[in-house]
Amino acid sequence: MTAIDKALGISPQVLALRAQRMNLLSSNIANADTPGYKARDIDFAAAMRQAEVSQGRVERTHSAHIALSGSVDQPDALYRVPAEVSPDGNSVDPTMEHQAFMENALRYQASIQLLDNRIKGIKNAIKGE
Amino acid sequence: MSLFDAMNIASSSLTAQTTKLNTIAKNMANANTVASTPEAAYTAQAPLFRAILDGQIDPNDPSQLGVVVEDIVEVGGPARQEFNPAHPLADENGYIYKPDIDAATEMAEMMQASRSFQNSVEAINTAKQLALRTLTLGR
Repeated sequence: MTAIDKALGISPQVLALRAQRMNLLSSNIANADTPGYKARDIDFAAAMRQAEVSQGRVERTHSAHIALSGSVDQPDALYRVPAEVSPDGNSVDPTMEHQAFMENALRYQASIQLLDNRIKGIKNAIKGE
Repeated sequence: MSLFDAMNIASSSLTAQTTKLNTIAKNMANANTVASTPEAAYTAQAPLFRAILDGQIDPNDPSQLGVVVEDIVEVGGPARQEFNPAHPLADENGYIYKPDIDAATEMAEMMQASRSFQNSVEAINTAKQLALRTLTLGR
């Protein structure tokens, strides 16, 4: 792992996971009226731990290979425990999914902000201003 | 997996909900369509939604999450018989046949579809903003 990768910290992985979670949540919102659909989500804490462990797990079989960072394995999509299941078997709670979607978007933005600041810091260090 | 997938998923819902709104409009428009036989009377229709799950078709293609309209099925009950011998479409016994469409149910379905549409638009907007923000990283 290069120095610049290290300087970026865990933020790239966080962004990748947040984007994946966003796909699941928007799938839940899209299927709010689909009979039999079960709402799904990822266990973010577990996925994050997995991402930390698997950081740099891509094997470098040659000294010239570059480590792949910022990539995460596809976390397992788990079924949500619903507060209420509608008669057609759909377990999506639109308000809750909406709230989760917004929260995920906010946290994505927070990570972006963090990453942005780090990149600016590195830029400053390179320029030596 | 990228933010564009989130947009695709949400837009699949826009298409599905538009189909639902169209079907409801068709039902409402034909609520008073009269026929001479029970078979010829209009029957209320409804779209059948199906989730496209990632595991169902190709587990590695995230664009296959979302929703599709699998079919538009007839959900209405038998036509209502009405005695109206003066009607030009009345059969030899003086009956006309009206579709079994409940305006209140259709209106409720319409509101639900429009809410779902709004939710998906919101999701697309948010994904767009995040993607734009990501593009300006480090500026």
